[in-house]
Amino acid sequence: MSVETERSSTESSAASSLDFEDTALTLRLPGSVSEPDRKRASSDADADAEDADQSTLATTAASSDAPPAPKARVVGWPPVRSFRKNALADVAGSSKAAAKFVKVAVDGAPYLRKVDLEAYAGYDQLLRALQDKFFSHFTIRKFADDEMKLVDAVNGTEYVPTYEDKDGDWMLVGDVPWKMFVETCQRLRLMKSSEAVNLAPRAAQ
Amino acid sequence: MGRGGSRATGAAAPPWHALPDEVWEHAFSFLPTAADRGAAAGACSSWLRAERRSRHHLAVANCYAAAPRDAIERFPAVRAAEVKGKPHFADFGLVPPAWGGAAAPWIAAAADGWPLLEELSFKRMVVTDECLEMIAASFRNFQVLRLVSCDGFSTAGLAAIAAGCRQLRELDLQENEIEDCSIHWLSLFPESFTSLVTLNFSCLDGEVNITVLERLVTRCRNLKTLKLNNAIPLDKLASLLQKAPQLVELGTGKFSADYHPDLFAKLEVAFGGCKSLRKLSGAWDAVPDYLPAFYCVCDGLTSLNLSYATVRGPELIKFISRCKNLQQLWVMDLIEDLGLAVVASSCSKLQELRVFPSDHFGLGVLTERGLVDVSASCPMLESVLYFCRRMTNEALITIAKNRPNFTCFRLCILEPHTPDYITQHPLDAGFSAIVESCKGLRRLSISGLLTDLVFRSIGAHADRLEMLSIAFAGNSDLGLNYILSGCKSLKKLEIRDCPFGDKPLLANAAKLETMRSLWMSSCLLTLGACRQLARKMPHLSVEIMNDPGWSCPLDSLPDESPVEKLYVYRTIAGPRSDTPSYVQIV
Repeated sequence: MSVETERSSTESSAASSLDFEDTALTLRLPGSVSEPDRKRASSDADADAEDADQSTLATTAASSDAPPAPKARVVGWPPVRSFRKNALADVAGSSKAAAKFVKVAVDGAPYLRKVDLEAYAGYDQLLRALQDKFFSHFTIRKFADDEMKLVDAVNGTEYVPTYEDKDGDWMLVGDVPWKMFVETCQRLRLMKSSEAVNLAPRAAQ
Repeated sequence: MGRGGSRATGAAAPPWHALPDEVWEHAFSFLPTAADRGAAAGACSSWLRAERRSRHHLAVANCYAAAPRDAIERFPAVRAAEVKGKPHFADFGLVPPAWGGAAAPWIAAAADGWPLLEELSFKRMVVTDECLEMIAASFRNFQVLRLVSCDGFSTAGLAAIAAGCRQLRELDLQENEIEDCSIHWLSLFPESFTSLVTLNFSCLDGEVNITVLERLVTRCRNLKTLKLNNAIPLDKLASLLQKAPQLVELGTGKFSADYHPDLFAKLEVAFGGCKSLRKLSGAWDAVPDYLPAFYCVCDGLTSLNLSYATVRGPELIKFISRCKNLQQLWVMDLIEDLGLAVVASSCSKLQELRVFPSDHFGLGVLTERGLVDVSASCPMLESVLYFCRRMTNEALITIAKNRPNFTCFRLCILEPHTPDYITQHPLDAGFSAIVESCKGLRRLSISGLLTDLVFRSIGAHADRLEMLSIAFAGNSDLGLNYILSGCKSLKKLEIRDCPFGDKPLLANAAKLETMRSLWMSSCLLTLGACRQLARKMPHLSVEIMNDPGWSCPLDSLPDESPVEKLYVYRTIAGPRSDTPSYVQIV
């Protein structure tokens, strides 16, 4: 349990001082140098593997209780089809009282994905998960006024995460406290920046 | 036939090589595989002519290996075509979106050259609504549509198929990402439409009009396969079954509800009426209380897919233990070793076992014991997919000794680099035993801590191996060299996160042309080697997937630049023209 908490707190402190460099994407996958979190995670796991029975149970218990920390997972491992992963996430989610699945649409992409909002502790984790789900295609850029944008590094298109609330209005993600967001969000849409100008002005302004 | 020339009576029969094409076409219809037909076609020009003109089924394993026009020109009489697109590792998210694999060029070419086409099957390809509309509009005899792991279409496309394909027999949608446009596509099957034999919409996310479905099911008296999605509640399942008791294959919808004895009784009666039921799948969220409703069909079941059922414990085991005639079992690791021991003692006819992980981020539930038990007691077991948390060499050696008849062995130890948990040694000895014992092995996936030694064994012994998947294994270039210089029958090789570099790739360049494709990601390749490979082998397409952060073109990069993802395949079509900006063909 302590391993998981350690991971999440490191992540949120790193994320709050988001720098473009920190979030710059490489396709060079985990196992290589730049990820201290992952190194820590894998050395823990190696230790576990040796003392299989006891610590496996503990680790499995820990990982099933805590929300998934995207950074610590190896992309595409274990080799389970994305369809299956998503489908089982739904099933597991519906049997747990605390899951909240919403559809995520990306402008210009012909498919939908789902995310479980209850699985994340805050906006940063959600954005990282969106990064993951759309196959590391985006980088996250935070601007001076706390705006959050996802950038498709391949063609430079900027996307603004938006959501539909209970009243059917489309709002910018990040305005309201996280818990309130989770409660009111019905679906997510990564809207192209150019189209987001008509959205409700930010509460702060 | 060869003796024709020596007949004494009447006019001399033509020598065998001058027999009319129809004779050869008829002879070739007895050849069981496409490979056999291909071999026959290579014998001489008249056989080539006869074979290609009578080929009715065409499987294109890599959509970029040939241009659609080439396929149509060469095989003008095709009635059933199957095309596959993205590399296998795309299933696990290793291929970014928009990579390619569009079905549209194939459908357009087919519309032109194969107007009598009856069947189309696409796997891992992008199929748009326009594609589906084109299918509905172009082939008046269209009967079978099978889409596996595809995306790009919505229920609007399905509506076009329903409305337009008057002869449709099979609509089989497996694990596709389908956007829900809230179109009542099912309603678009006309009232006069009764030819459906297979309807599989299990992967569809949205609601379906149950009344329309019931009417469809009622009037399609030949319906043999029905796979529902998660939106069909349990009570509706019962009434659907009562309308289609002739079903052979059933995928249940949402098999979960609060327990009501009435509903239970209704289900029991409904299943009791299904005397022909042989294959069962679905059971999402299965509630143990309802499983006994299935008991009456257990004896007849040959295939059981509970891989999306999160039921666990004694009810699951009790249920499976009644399925004495099971040949194919897909299940989640929630069954645990104990459950597999019961499978081992109950299902003596088992041929294929797949056990999927329930927790994708944990270390796994199963150990080696489950697999050892099943291998020991199921003499016909030949295909295994197994996700577990630990393994030993001894277990693998035992398994190899018990089951030399494996044709497909895929073992995934969830944590990379996991050694033999008792001896702490690499699992080289175990996997070596597998390839040495299982002479008919066609597909192998290895995992755990592995050195170059395992590759030496595989290269030397796996003569029939066609597909090999490697992850987090090996020490050096030697490993890859063993594989590429051995493995006589290798067609597909996919590698990730292994310390393999340029040398073995270049040293075995010719081998790559005898293979369908090679995938290497997170290895130690450089751009220079890829350039050399492309120069050396003009019939290979060498694709590199760039780091999206790099905006400079490939040409300007030095030879030493690391290559993160490489996909190489043989092709007669030259470089494809639909690459996204992050893919470059060297």
